[in-house]
Amino acid sequence: MSTQTLSPATRSSTEWTRVCALGDLEVERGRAALVDGDQVALFLLPDGSLHALDNHDPYSGANVISRGIVGTRGSRATVASPMYKQVFDLRSGTCVDPRGKEHRRLHVWPIEDRGGEVYLLRGGAR
Amino acid sequence: MSARIVVIGAGMVAHRFVDSLVTRAEEKLEVTVLGDESCHPYDRVGLTRFFDGATAEDLTLPATIFEDPRITLHSGDAATAIDREARTVTTAAGTVHPYDHLVLATGSYAARPPVQGAELDGCFVYRTLGDVEGLRAHVARRSAELSRPARGVVIGGGLLGLEAAGALQGMDAEATVVQSGDRLMSAQLDLPAGGVLQRLIEQRGIAVRTRSRTSAVLAGEDGEVRAVAFADGSEVEADVVVLTVGVRPRDELARAAGLDCHERGGVTIDAGCVTSDPAVLAIGEVASFDGQCVGLVAPGYAMAEVACDRILGGEATFGGYDLSAKLKLSGVEVASFGDAFATTPGALDVVYTDPVGGVHKKLVLSDDAKTLLGGMLVGDASAYGALRPLVGSALGADPAAYLLPADAAAPTAELPDEAVVCSCSSVTAGTIRDAVRVDGCTDPAEVTACTKAGATCGSCLVMVKSLVGTELTRMGRTVSTALCEHFELSRRQLFDAVRVSELTTFSAVIERFGRGRGCDICKPVLASILAVLTPSHVLDGENATLQDTNDHVMANMQKDGTYSVVPRMPGGEVTPEGLIVVGEVARDFGLYTKITGGQRVDMFGARLEELPLIWQRLVDAGFESGHAYGKSLRTVKSCVGSAWCRYGVLDSTGMAVRLELRYRGLRAPHKFKLGVSGCARECAEARGKDAGIIATAQGWNLYVGGNGGATPRHAELLAEGLDDDTLIRTLDRYFMYYIRTADKLQRTAPWLEALDGGIDGLREVVMEDSLGICADLDAAMDRHVEHYEDEWAATLADPAKLARFSSFVNAPTTPDPSLAYVPERGQVRPARPDERRSGEVLIAGTTLEVRR
Repeated sequence: MSTQTLSPATRSSTEWTRVCALGDLEVERGRAALVDGDQVALFLLPDGSLHALDNHDPYSGANVISRGIVGTRGSRATVASPMYKQVFDLRSGTCVDPRGKEHRRLHVWPIEDRGGEVYLLRGGAR
Repeated sequence: MSARIVVIGAGMVAHRFVDSLVTRAEEKLEVTVLGDESCHPYDRVGLTRFFDGATAEDLTLPATIFEDPRITLHSGDAATAIDREARTVTTAAGTVHPYDHLVLATGSYAARPPVQGAELDGCFVYRTLGDVEGLRAHVARRSAELSRPARGVVIGGGLLGLEAAGALQGMDAEATVVQSGDRLMSAQLDLPAGGVLQRLIEQRGIAVRTRSRTSAVLAGEDGEVRAVAFADGSEVEADVVVLTVGVRPRDELARAAGLDCHERGGVTIDAGCVTSDPAVLAIGEVASFDGQCVGLVAPGYAMAEVACDRILGGEATFGGYDLSAKLKLSGVEVASFGDAFATTPGALDVVYTDPVGGVHKKLVLSDDAKTLLGGMLVGDASAYGALRPLVGSALGADPAAYLLPADAAAPTAELPDEAVVCSCSSVTAGTIRDAVRVDGCTDPAEVTACTKAGATCGSCLVMVKSLVGTELTRMGRTVSTALCEHFELSRRQLFDAVRVSELTTFSAVIERFGRGRGCDICKPVLASILAVLTPSHVLDGENATLQDTNDHVMANMQKDGTYSVVPRMPGGEVTPEGLIVVGEVARDFGLYTKITGGQRVDMFGARLEELPLIWQRLVDAGFESGHAYGKSLRTVKSCVGSAWCRYGVLDSTGMAVRLELRYRGLRAPHKFKLGVSGCARECAEARGKDAGIIATAQGWNLYVGGNGGATPRHAELLAEGLDDDTLIRTLDRYFMYYIRTADKLQRTAPWLEALDGGIDGLREVVMEDSLGICADLDAAMDRHVEHYEDEWAATLADPAKLARFSSFVNAPTTPDPSLAYVPERGQVRPARPDERRSGEVLIAGTTLEVRR
């Protein structure tokens, strides 16, 4: 099926999926979600913004990003992997402190709050 | 119009070139990278890691640069022709790529010696991922067919040959290295150094034959490799042969295109890396500079930077090959640098040889014995980082001082600005100093990010750190005691600030004393401070967001993201009934079980969603959290003492239980441990603990500030002949004073070393109350004891806290599907990457399948 024939609106309504209620998330404490076999780390920040990234930590190979400490580096909201403490930007998924390793990044998923329900774009990792 | 750049070759040097180009170029570019291997560029230098379980993916160089829209990577499509008139490259698939600049980075191929049989199936070269995969499959097949370890012969005793021999050993194959010359690593080492290396290699079970010219590889009647024959008529049995006799530049495309090539191979380049055609550059092993091609990555990286600069209109020049190298071969350190063979007229050697210890070191000095020219280090290359940057400059100390055994501190001379500190990225000492002085970097990590020094192999990081520290001090900047970017205060200042202000939440503290929203450094520190000052559950309210995952789920994270569980066994005491419950829980949840060094039982492989189920059973049986996860009291180790031991003077186990129950759950700047011995024989090894208590006929002797681990230190005597109550009061004050005043993650040993007056100063504070704070310290400890509750029992009683133990918010009891285990010695362990790939994984998830 070609997605080019679909209007953006049709496309988004078919591919967005509900993952949980907003109330299931804690501010500044991640939760993992399982979407089509992909493990996604969900974060809710004090400003109400939502972020979804790979739960897979590229430095350790374990699915643990959702269990890291959330904070800031400068003006950027970040999460530190609980395994080897590399720090990732929650908005872009880029690694802002690779702890002497090479830079690797996390994929970022489009995520939305729709009236208290959290929706994720399936297969939308970028 | 944007410049079109075509790169032929997708190895490490090509990767570095493209990385530099996209980082530096501001103008429009179209970069096409043509690689004949059907994979992303990978770390060929690290190829041997493949045999330690690294996957092809682990070896892949960062692929993110290929996500840059200016770059197109065509893997698995080899370039077949260059048309210099039309300025195009044609590939095997027939695609034609036009270029404005062409960069040749085709590298080398591994040579096969012209001996009979070198083309047999069991002969391998050691160059590509395909080579090592083929080698491993062959060794596995032959070992299985022969029902014994395969016998491997490596022809070529250079550094690649020694790596290959180590790889064969890693596959449980026997290994023999054959060298036609008189010594191993003849390009880097002289005869004495090669001799020491040979003995070290032989001690590791690898046979070495020098002065052995191979005449043929012989096959048996079944067509399999059977033996290697030598010119003197002798033979060595072999089931597999690895050929590491050198590499040859892949210059065939360049020759066909009429570019000037050296008679011994390689595309001739000038100092700008430009070939005889100004539109074509060559870099890495294919490039011949000054009549020489070199198979090391560092000069290739240097050429990549030069070529990049030239294409961007710069004037950079390649300054010649730096053949310095430091390696570890089968655990043996070898380094060679500068004029290692003393070819400079009048050069002097200073040699230190210890044949028993297996160490050989040689420095080459100028005729006045003042300037360092080069050197060789075998067996202990720890001085390499300090010495190599000094090549060409004054040694500044007695040369012999650099050659003494490693535990003698090496002198440190001031490096000249032009000395190259990081040879991987060609960063000089001056560049590092500028990063501090001009660019404002304030720690080694920032300098690495800014200059790339130490980012590749990391062997120069110690040197970088020392340069940064010196430079900061020179600028009059004290090394900052700030906790992190969010707090200017040190941990001690922050503790006092929180205590005096009586703030009780992280948000209030950071708003008043810090900035931003904290990080993985300051949040756990604040959690610990708040836990001591305002006793409350670690998962209460906002506290939960401050905790590291270990404290958050009250278990210890392991490498695969599962946790280990440790119930408290005070003083190492456990009833038979308790032991049975622990065993049943471990069996029912499929947990790997091991006895810890702290006299209790650790159970590994518990998944997040299993932790409450496991703890419900443990709590029901009377166990409580062992705090193995916390920066808090771990264990009080003890010998059995006077209750059973015929030499015991006092009841050490009873005292250990009493102390463990008193200090359990007490949060501190770092973990702390105690030991109690029932007599002077010290079976509890108490003096290696933060507090060690040893029984004497006069009472308890108290030692403090001991440490095991990486920097062992014996505890020092604080007080002698104490009765039970005085011992406990003194310990209370010692710990509380440490908790109030130590730096972040500072254990008692370095804290005591840094404390004003050392052990005497501590004695004045906690025993003579010189600061008048003892009543305060006593009250703080009394409050801790009074408010202690078992964190796990409290968590099980609170549904809100239990919600945090779901594996997935939308599938709360589904196990992490990526977990995989293999059996080992009757239990399970996480599968290694190679086992996952080969499908040897027998158990996915630890439960059910291993229940019997």
